[in-house]
Formats: sequence, structure tokens, C-alpha cells
Amino acid sequence: MTELSAHLPQFQHGQLTENFPDNHLSNTNDNSERRRHDNSERRRNDNPESETNGQPHNSTQQVVEQDEEEDEELTLKYGAKHVIMLFVPVTLCMVVVVATIKSVSFYTRKDGQLIYTPFTEETETVGQRALNSILNAAIMISVIIVMTILLVVLYKYRCYKVIHGWLIISSLLLLFFFSFIYLGEVFKTYNVAMDYITVALMIWNFGVVGMICIHWKGPLRLQQAYLIMISALMALVFIKYLPEWTAWLILAVISVYDLVAVLCPKGPLRMLVETAQERNETLFPALIYSSTMIWLVNMAEEDPEAQRKASKNSTYDKQAPANQTQNEDAEADDGGFSQEWQQQRDNRIGPIESTPESRAAVQALPSHSQTSEDPEERGVKLGLGDFIFYSVLVGKASATASGDWNTTLACFVAILIGLCLTLLLLAIFKKALPALPISITFGLVFYFATDNLVQPFMDQLAFHQFYI
Amino acid sequence: PALGLFLFTIARDPLRIIILIAGAFFWLVSLLLSSLIWFIAVKASDPQDEPLQKGLLIFGVMFSVLLQEAFRFLYYKLLRKAIEGLVALSEDGCSPISIQQMAYVAGVGFGLMSGAFSMINLLADALGPGTVGIHGDSQLYFLTSAFMTMVLIFLHTFWGILFFHGCEHRRWWEIAAVVVMHLAVSGSTFCNPLYVGSLVPSYLLMAAAAAWAYSLSGGSTQNLRRFLLCK
Repeated sequence: MTELSAHLPQFQHGQLTENFPDNHLSNTNDNSERRRHDNSERRRNDNPESETNGQPHNSTQQVVEQDEEEDEELTLKYGAKHVIMLFVPVTLCMVVVVATIKSVSFYTRKDGQLIYTPFTEETETVGQRALNSILNAAIMISVIIVMTILLVVLYKYRCYKVIHGWLIISSLLLLFFFSFIYLGEVFKTYNVAMDYITVALMIWNFGVVGMICIHWKGPLRLQQAYLIMISALMALVFIKYLPEWTAWLILAVISVYDLVAVLCPKGPLRMLVETAQERNETLFPALIYSSTMIWLVNMAEEDPEAQRKASKNSTYDKQAPANQTQNEDAEADDGGFSQEWQQQRDNRIGPIESTPESRAAVQALPSHSQTSEDPEERGVKLGLGDFIFYSVLVGKASATASGDWNTTLACFVAILIGLCLTLLLLAIFKKALPALPISITFGLVFYFATDNLVQPFMDQLAFHQFYI
Repeated sequence: PALGLFLFTIARDPLRIIILIAGAFFWLVSLLLSSLIWFIAVKASDPQDEPLQKGLLIFGVMFSVLLQEAFRFLYYKLLRKAIEGLVALSEDGCSPISIQQMAYVAGVGFGLMSGAFSMINLLADALGPGTVGIHGDSQLYFLTSAFMTMVLIFLHTFWGILFFHGCEHRRWWEIAAVVVMHLAVSGSTFCNPLYVGSLVPSYLLMAAAAAWAYSLSGGSTQNLRRFLLCK
């Protein structure tokens, strides 16, 4: 049924990323889902289902048909905005990673490898090295596959508490432990003296606010910033602990796996998406970057459009209690997953936290059917795993390329173009798509090509000061 | 200056940013192919022979120029198709972005990418310690590189406008002029480090191209005067 299938914020499913504590034995895996371009027709179809408070929604049906054609056209017109909405965070993440790699030498030192990649790459012969890296990549990929399947199984059997606990532990780890290491290394690099108490205070604040923002509610920008930061941290960990050839192989294999897992009917990620759709739920809050947020209106807001949005929120929220059997946390984090666009919000509304009072007040407002919703309210979601792997690619390029900045720049542009193309395909196909393959392919091609072909050329040109 | 151009004119409109990045991508691809050719040529030849290497380099540069223009043409074709799509999808029947704007943005994209590639390693090295021109090379290396890069970026922008205009109106001589100009500019850099030979003609050509592009885009001396006098 198109409505149901179109109902949820559909996610392109991503692959699992793993948190690697250095000496830790626990395996926490994050399932990162991909993004999905939302059509407003889906949102219109949202209304019939979400109106559990007995609103008349006959009018919405007519509006639905009429709006559908307009929205088809508007999709691509506003597509550019969405692409930019995704460009910016991806760029930011990459910039952070590259900046760190360039300045903090910790992340380019070889300090050993993870237990997931037991074979070393410092071998005598090239063949041995190749073999080792292939084995490493195989082990890593199989771990990821196992974790994905585990996650899907848990989700299917509604063990939400387990998934949630898992996510919380892993984000705790990321937010506290890794950022502590990161901060320590940055201080070492810049020779800043710092005492433990200040550090403890800073890390504590950072971590707690991060946990709240990601798993519960918080201002959208802050949540986005935190997601970018943890993606960058994760990417840095990967860059540090994965040896050369293994890293490239893993990138390549992961994009293939991604393609398979999302598009094949029996793929685990696709099953995850479909299960989530069947149950009318949103997916995990900590694993997806969302560019929009639901409007949670303050009581004082008198703008009628805002009130309509508030009423939409109220209907959406009322749907939440209906699904109470599932994880409260995911529902409570509705904020991250609606398709409202927050541009006007920035202009008009102040704080966005949905305190219980404001929610109650919002729910008390009369709900009209959304006949004239702003067609700009659409958001795009991208899984965190995508951020991480893009940043790994660019980070590795800047760390180990002989062409240095040229290669980094080339990979950056390649990834952005891949993202553009993927979004275009998304607009055409309108279903969950893997975000990794195209970008990573471009990135890899450009990395190797630039490093080996362009670099000598540009060097010679710069040496003679020729310009092309 | 190029960054200023970017910030003021392009960063507002997301569609332009996409066109910019795509333009940069096309330039990058052309660079890739040309360096592939050069690389093959170098590998096939004798690495010890200095003049031959230099000759090969010159050949590589020329080939690269031709390839860049070819990719500009391809990009133009792509943008034409995109405009038709955008027109079909827009509400009021006209495209949200005109072909001239696209030409401008594409030119900036090309220019930015070429400038970035030319300059960025230089800049990175410039941060480190060292003396310019210690082996008897010119001491103005960084300065001239900066100026040359700037002029190239601007030139790419203007060439973009001219090129697209030529393609629109089917004036092949315009396109040929752009190609010739590009070849001339690159060729003039062969006289480096005799900077007079390269910088001066490049700037002159840039002024000419600027005037030409300006007139093509509908400007005129009255506009210019009004703008300068802030009427």
C-alpha cells in the first residue's frame, strides 16, 4: 500500500559502525541508517493515520490528490535546498576530521590495531600484505554483517530495551571516552596546560548535554552539531586504527555491502526499514542525522501557521501514546524525525524544547486538517554511518596521500558530487537508497587517480610554474 | 577575491552551489584525464632526457587545456538539459536560474577548482619554514603564483560566460576565441620565470575578456558609470 509504505520517514539503511574502545571487550554497534528524501505526499498521507484524535480528515484526502501533483514538481525545486542541507554537515564533518588529522599527530601514529583487524600490514612481501588486508577486511565486514543481523533480529522481536541500552552505552562511550582522548591530544598538540578538574568538568558537561540532545530532546542545531562531532570522532578512530590497505578495502567492501543490504529484498537493512514502516515507528534517534525537526510551539505563539503546525504536532504526538508499547525513547525523540522544516522556525520561535507543559498545551489546541501546509517542510535524513565513512575517506586521503591537499580536495568534491547524484536518484526512485556506494566509489577513484596520476603532473607544473 | 565572489553571489542560492560543485567536478575530471595522458607519455619515454620531459610537459599542458574546454562544452550540454528539466518542474514556467547565471557559476566552479589545485599545496608549504628562491630561482615565486592564480580564476569565470554565450547563439568563433585565449594564457606561462612575459599578457587578456563578457551579459558603459558613481 503506497500510503503505508510512504508513511514513515523512510531511511536508507546504512551499515553498522562499531565503536572501538581500545582495550574494551564489549561490542557496541551502531546501526546507521541512511537518509531518505521526503515527499510531502508522504506527509499528507501521514495525516490520515496520525489523526487518532478523531479529526475529520475527509478534507485532507482531497487536498492530498490536489497537492500531489504540485508536490511532485516542487520536489526537485526544493531538492536543491535539501542537497545543501546535507552538504553543509557532511562538509563540516570532513573539515573537522581533516583539520584534526593535519594538526594532531596522534591520529596518524600507528599505535597498534584493533582486535577486529588482527593481521598486521607490516609484512615482508606485497602478497602477504595484500592477503592480510583482505583477511582483515573480511573479518571486519563479517562482524558488521553479524551486528546488523543481530540488530534486525532484536528489532523484529521487539527487544527495544536491549537496542536502546546498546545505543545508550555506545553513545556514552563515544561522548565521554573518545572525546576525552581527543581533547587530551589536542591539548598536547598545542601545548596547553590543563588540569584534570577542568577537563573533567568540560567532558562531563559535553557528554551529558550530548546524551540529552541525541537521545531525548534538544535544539536542532545542537543535536546536529553533536551528531557531527561524534561522527568525526568515530571517523578519527577508524583512521587511526585501521591500517592502510585494510581501510581502503573496507571502504570498498562496505559500499558493496550497503548496496546489497539495502536493495536486496532479503537484505537486513531493508527488512529493518520495512519492519519499521509496518509498525509505524520512527527509527533510532542516535543513528540518523536529520536536517529538520518537528515544531514544538510555545504557547505564546499566535501565528496561525504555527498553530496549524502545532496541531500537526499534537496529532503526531497523539499517535505516540498509541504506540506506547514500543520504546518511549524513540517516540519521545519524535523531534528528530518529523518532516517539518525549520527555516521559519528559526525566525519565529524561540526555544524548542518540548516540556510537558507545552506539549499539553499544544495538544489542547484545536487540530485542523493541514490544508495549507508549507510545501517547504520537508527534510532529509542521512545516516551517521555515511558521515563516518565519508570522513574516513577524506581523512585517510589527507593523512596518507602524497598529493596532500590536492587529493583531499579532489576526494571532497567527488564525495559531494556522489551525494548529489544519490539524492537525485532518491528523488527519482522515492525509496530507501544506500548513500554510500556512489560517493565512496567516486571518492576512491578520485583518490587513487589523483594520488598517482595528477600529483606528479601538478608537481611538475608547479615546479616550472606552468598553468593549465 | 574569488572567495568573495563565491560568498556574495553563490552561497545564497543552493542551486548555484550545486552547479558550482559540479563545475569543479568536471574540471577535476578533465584534469584527471589529461594527467593520465601525460603520465602514460612520461612512462613511455625516457626519464633522463630533460628537454624531452619539458616538451612532454608542454604537450601535457596544451592537451589539458583542450580537454578542459571540451569538458566545459560537456558541462554546457548537461546544464542545457538541466534547465529544460527545471523549467518543466517549476511553477511558473520559467527556470529558477538562467543560463547566464549558470554560465557564471560554472565558470567560477572551474576557476575555483583550478585555482585551488594550483595554489593549495603552495599555500601549505608557505606556512612552513624556508626561504623563497634559495636555489637561484625567482624570489617572487609566491607572489607571482598568487597573482597568476587569481587571474586564472577570473579568466575561467569570464571564459565560462563567453563560452556558454557562444554555444547558446551558435557563434563558433566565440568558442574558438575562448579556446585560443586559454591556450595563449597557458602558453604565456611557459615563459616563466620571465614573469613579464606571462603575467602582463594574462592580465591584458583578462581585461579584454572581462569587457567582452560584461557587454555580452547586457552591461554597457552607462551601467558602469552609474554603478561607479553610485547613482
